Amino acid sequence: MHFALTLGPETLHALPSGALHWPARRLLAVSDLHLGKSARLARRAGALLPPYETRATLERLDADIAATAPATVICLGDSFDDLAAADSLDEGDALWLTRLMAGREWIWVEGNHDPGPLSLGGSHRAEVGFGALTFRHIADPAEMFEISGHYHPKARLAGQGKPCFLADARRLILPAYGAYTGGLWCEDPTLSGLMQPGALAILTGARARAIPMPR
Amino acid sequence: MVPLPAPLSRWFAAQAWALHPHQQAMLERASAASTLLIAPTGGGKTLAGFLPTLAELAQNPAPGLHTLYISPLKALTADIRRNLRRPIEGAGLAIRVEDRTGDTSATARKRQRADPPHILLTTPESLALLLSYEDAGKVFGGLQRVIVDELHALAESKRGDQLTLLLARLQSLSPGLRRAGLSATVEDPPALARFLAPGTQVLLADPGPDPDISMLETPQAPPWSGGGGRHAIPEILKQIKAHRTTLIFHNTRAQAELFFHDLWLSNDEGLPIGIHHGSLAREQREKVEAAMAEGRLRAVVCTGSLDLGIDWGDVDLVIQVGAPKNVKRLVQRIGRANHRYNAPSKALLVPANRFEVVECRAALDAVRDRTLDGEPRGPGSRDVLCLHILMTACAGPFDPDALYREIATAGPYHDISRLDFDRTLDFVATGGYALRAYDRWQRLKQTGPLWHLRDPRTAAVIRQNLGTIVDSEMMKVRLRGRGQPLGEVEESFASSLTPGDTFLMAGQIVRYEGLNELTVEVTRSAAKDPRVAVYSGTKFATSTLLADRILQIFQQEDWPGLPAHTAGWLALQRQVSRLPDRDSLLLESFPHEGREHLCIYGFAGRNAQQTLGLLVTKQMEEQGLDPLGFVATDYATLIWGLSPVTDPAPLFEVETLRQGLETWLSSNALMKRTFRNVAIVAGLIERSHHGRRKTGRQATFSSDILYDTLRRYDPGHLLLQITRDEAMRGLIDFSRIEGLLARTEGRIDLRRLDRVTPLSAPLFLEPSKVPIEGQAREKLADAAAKALMQAAGLV
Repeated sequence: MHFALTLGPETLHALPSGALHWPARRLLAVSDLHLGKSARLARRAGALLPPYETRATLERLDADIAATAPATVICLGDSFDDLAAADSLDEGDALWLTRLMAGREWIWVEGNHDPGPLSLGGSHRAEVGFGALTFRHIADPAEMFEISGHYHPKARLAGQGKPCFLADARRLILPAYGAYTGGLWCEDPTLSGLMQPGALAILTGARARAIPMPR
Repeated sequence: MVPLPAPLSRWFAAQAWALHPHQQAMLERASAASTLLIAPTGGGKTLAGFLPTLAELAQNPAPGLHTLYISPLKALTADIRRNLRRPIEGAGLAIRVEDRTGDTSATARKRQRADPPHILLTTPESLALLLSYEDAGKVFGGLQRVIVDELHALAESKRGDQLTLLLARLQSLSPGLRRAGLSATVEDPPALARFLAPGTQVLLADPGPDPDISMLETPQAPPWSGGGGRHAIPEILKQIKAHRTTLIFHNTRAQAELFFHDLWLSNDEGLPIGIHHGSLAREQREKVEAAMAEGRLRAVVCTGSLDLGIDWGDVDLVIQVGAPKNVKRLVQRIGRANHRYNAPSKALLVPANRFEVVECRAALDAVRDRTLDGEPRGPGSRDVLCLHILMTACAGPFDPDALYREIATAGPYHDISRLDFDRTLDFVATGGYALRAYDRWQRLKQTGPLWHLRDPRTAAVIRQNLGTIVDSEMMKVRLRGRGQPLGEVEESFASSLTPGDTFLMAGQIVRYEGLNELTVEVTRSAAKDPRVAVYSGTKFATSTLLADRILQIFQQEDWPGLPAHTAGWLALQRQVSRLPDRDSLLLESFPHEGREHLCIYGFAGRNAQQTLGLLVTKQMEEQGLDPLGFVATDYATLIWGLSPVTDPAPLFEVETLRQGLETWLSSNALMKRTFRNVAIVAGLIERSHHGRRKTGRQATFSSDILYDTLRRYDPGHLLLQITRDEAMRGLIDFSRIEGLLARTEGRIDLRRLDRVTPLSAPLFLEPSKVPIEGQAREKLADAAAKALMQAAGLV
């Protein structure tokens, strides 16, 4: 069950999965997929995350695309954990991604983990505007009607911490869509400073639930 | 009476040694095909086993292998070799004794096969290797006797299955072979005798005097829950001072570490005390063992790692901290004190919490009555059979009919059907239906009537993988910048650490710094309290025998045998509710802090109570009772949620529970882990390839993929069946849930109470609560979100 919110003139749906749906534009946006995270950690430190996070992330993305049938998909940066992760993606996973991309406009917005162009097709942009709204990876405090990611915001409700959207009248910050990504609690001054009083935190989970942003 | 040959009897006389009656009896029965000697620790069992060999070789030291000695521990073989040297050299006998284990050098191994000693000391794994060579017939063709030491310990695991298959092989190579099994006290000697060989005669030695065993009295009552026995440290220190050497047994490594740490903080006199458990580096353990043997230690804090084996000097007191969980193991541990025959062993039990006080009382009664627990041994594992068939093929072409007949002479495989054997053989040959297309699993081929390796060069790789012990995935712990490893932790524990976390290792608090390749790097920490020490989760479940005895104690009118604090606790429970009994299943339902609680007193042991918690909460979820979580102990499961249970009968129908189990099993990490072990033992996955050992994680990757593949394309695959059987027996322990339901026959006594009861109270303090991610969480989150939005004026 999604949560409907407005940003400027537009009505947007925060999906329980952490994706953002814009029905009027047939647009789906996700941020911080961090595909290939365990492979990168394994390369660097021999770390021990199970290798399924890429598949788990793709499964959720597949389900969201199937449910919303978007004409445009925006990946809001940090889609891959690093450039090597995009190149060393498991063959099956790469095919899966290609299948999801087929028949729709696919925009990779650059993030701080994957700054350069990628070998996977789709278009690559530093930021992208649709109508009154702008999509970029890291929020720009001076901007209006902006949708970004990067911070992996999280909030607690009824004793459980969950990734969340942060929304006020000026901007929307998306949660990290990838599995096994850490996060920043809403109470963090960075986030409190970015968001206006009265901002909402919309928690992901079985359904999307809005609460006043904890500060 | 069969006399000893003159040189031996002269030497015995010179030592002023007289044979114990059971040692003489072994000599009398030297020609029997198979004998099982059951004798208490310190009874000279091993010498009894070797006497017929020494007597025969004293008279006729013809070259060639005469006797094979098999022990579960490498360390034991080295010890036995030293001990045998005394009578052999003392009596001037020309008998050659050598050992052969994983530590034996390659040149020595080669020479042993070309020119075997009279007596060869080895382990089941090394014997399997020896039998996998083409010349096995030549080496073992003239073998006269085989002695299996600590048979009770071997029989408890898959190593025992492998052992009996190896014995069957030896018997085929040398039909006149005689077997001698040596065992500590067991609950069912005839069963162990059948395990050793059909028609084995049992020889029971005098069990010796009753042990001097009691519960340690402490001025401070044990805590309501938890483990470790730290409340008893002052009294335990007094006991250490009053004895020469004390062994302090704990049930888990983590508890041993925590206890050792606190013991040191109170050890004002600086008594020399060491720690010994399976997670410590071998060098660390050997240091403690040496200090112990030289009598330099006053106490050793230890775990099951000291259950078996060598005489540890002058131990005169054994302390068991925490409920013993199992009477047989307790008796064997008590035997570690006073390793002299006909002297009573002295032992103290230290209950770590109130429930354990009752369990310790039950254990004391059981030891006094000389009743022992033990589950009947199941049939032999089929993965071990796979391994055995592979090993047989390495040694040369074999006839399937002859191999089937041979295998059926091994105790655990006595009842195997030809169909099952053929299916197992088919799996070994081809990998089974789903894997038929893969070359690497096409291993055997039939030419005429004989099966043989498809590619003889694969024998070397198969030999490297011939074991039934699968290491859990361990990582070495090392002080940063220094070479010496401190010990090992499980990979899953290591991956839960973040830099800065502190934990206990080898009795000191260390700080986790990071991973370096496959090593956990730590520094010394000045912190007072470690964060955790949860490596090694071996948690034994309380045995059925002890659980039944606890329920009997509950039925007493009063409890003169229990300390006043515990007797008062039980009396209060009887007053406000009732005490559980054997004939019905007591459930208590009560509200507490805004949640509804259900306490299930199943007394089915930790693993089964845990499984029961999973299955019952799943039913509750389906019935809309909104469970939030549960916690399980050896005695009870406590479930909390949003709605009270008023009609419990449907929750405890065995068919419903079994169906729930099937669904749960199919998507379970536990099954994957079990599958990994099974697949490694059965030779489907290689542990090492041409000497390069795979890390546990590598093996896990490929075993997980195989598991998913088989489940999808070949759900009836032999290895999936074995996996399921094994998981059901082990951690899931479903048979004890079935036993509980059969015993109570639907007699469920649900008591509705207005508050927490005395018996359920300790459960609230238990750690490792399991949350249920269900509708209840959603409802709570909805309510919380709504309240917050209203308070902020946003709705």
